[in-house]
Amino acid sequence: MSEIETRLGVPALAAPARGARLNLAAAITGRWAGAIIPLLALVFAWESASRSGIVTPFLLPPISAVLGRVWEDAVSGELAVNLGETLFRSLVGFAIAGVGGVALGILMARRRWVRWFFDPIVSVGFPMPKIAFLPIFMLWLGLYDVSKISMAVFNAIFPVITATIAAAEGVDRPLLWSARSLGASERQLLREIILPAALPQILTGLQVALPISMIVMIVTEMMMGGQGLGGAMIAASRFADSPGVFAGIFEIAVAGLCLVKGIAVLRRRLLAWHPETQEPTTV
Amino acid sequence: MTSETVHSTASRSPANWIPAALPRYLPLVLLAVAWEGLTRAGVVPISALPPLDTVARAWYDLASSGDLWTNGVASMTRGAAGLGMAIAGGSLIGILMAWYKPIRAAANPIVQFFYPMPKSALIPVMVLWLGFGDASKIVLIFIGCLLPVTLSAFNGARGTDEVLIWSARSLGASRARVLWEIVLPSALPEMLSGIRTALALSFVLLVSSELIVARQGFGYMIGWLGDGGAYDAMFAVVLTVALLGFAADRLYLMLVRRILAWRE
Repeated sequence: MSEIETRLGVPALAAPARGARLNLAAAITGRWAGAIIPLLALVFAWESASRSGIVTPFLLPPISAVLGRVWEDAVSGELAVNLGETLFRSLVGFAIAGVGGVALGILMARRRWVRWFFDPIVSVGFPMPKIAFLPIFMLWLGLYDVSKISMAVFNAIFPVITATIAAAEGVDRPLLWSARSLGASERQLLREIILPAALPQILTGLQVALPISMIVMIVTEMMMGGQGLGGAMIAASRFADSPGVFAGIFEIAVAGLCLVKGIAVLRRRLLAWHPETQEPTTV
Repeated sequence: MTSETVHSTASRSPANWIPAALPRYLPLVLLAVAWEGLTRAGVVPISALPPLDTVARAWYDLASSGDLWTNGVASMTRGAAGLGMAIAGGSLIGILMAWYKPIRAAANPIVQFFYPMPKSALIPVMVLWLGFGDASKIVLIFIGCLLPVTLSAFNGARGTDEVLIWSARSLGASRARVLWEIVLPSALPEMLSGIRTALALSFVLLVSSELIVARQGFGYMIGWLGDGGAYDAMFAVVLTVALLGFAADRLYLMLVRRILAWRE
């Protein structure tokens, strides 16, 4: 009856239903075991493939060597510096893109002139591969934080703007009319009605923007060099230091996973009042 | 109805007044005029921003010398190969994940772990594995785009209405036929939106990997022209890539509308 299972057996990607608290403990242990086994199998396959000599350790260093390298980086403090630099820049870029994108999106939804001016720019700019502008940012802003963060903002702001416009326009009109007829000012309208009602979609936009900001930061660091995980990886690759490259991938993958899960948790917190949180959601 | 209500709320404040006849893409023309005017007037130094007409001339030179064409074909072939493989592989894996529980149990944690990874981190590994040529870019785009397609196919396929499946089965349709005629069409809208994400990502990965290590392609041209100080030509290639990405997205949307026309 795999047809039924397709609907019922999906907890791995969906948050557990709030109603099923009785089985929560069992479900959690079951979920963990179910999630851990395939990953362990992958780790085992990796380790044995590189130990058995099917692939050379240069192409695929054993995962034990890679984790050893991560540990060395952590002890020497290099990991903290590189990870800190990368996270700092991508999060600052993300924050600027988030605040700026929401502000511009709200303005575009509320003011026709702003909409008229920015609408073609956003609709042409959103699908563009903006990473191609990287050398222009290097030319204008140099090779340091300002230039790297600007690049992340430039790439991450578009999904936030489009999500905010769609969200602000989707606000229930009668709600706005009632609030206005009860004497709400424009500012109150924005704070009390539009922003809360638009929040779920805005958060979806932010959830798209965060990984973009990370992807772009890694490429930017690879191009511009300096400290940061991307810079460290490209340096390792130039020296044909393959454990270093794989250690970088591992560090970046874990950092990315933590950020994406973190923003999903934040979403559930912020939307605790919202119906979507009461129902199973895909994160 | 909706446009009417939007109008009535928006026209309340005088700042929202706008002539209806103003062309939609005029702001882009204004930006172009500002670009040309500011650089010609010397407000912005030409070394930082070459005037638009010199960029256009540089584009014409690159196009007529054939450089733009050969590098463009190299890039687009890589992108199409990687993306095509990702679409085929991702749809297959995603639908199998929704259809067979063992596959889902095995693949889901791996997909979940790697999905949030910034895919650009794979660029140096691809260089280690496959060198500087086409293969490293194609495989990078394949791996990078695989997961968005897989996840959207999985989500689309598992959202299939069971009643439809039961009815088809009880009417005697084979499992393969149910998969082809019911699960696939109902997964299609979500799959197509996942493929759109993958299309955008493929351009990003293509250009980044070519910027960082390549001997051919748009990204390589941009890096090489920029290093040589030929900024007008560099701007020409950057704008070409950006517009190609935009055009690809618009063409894809047209295609999607046609594919999903049966849903209306």
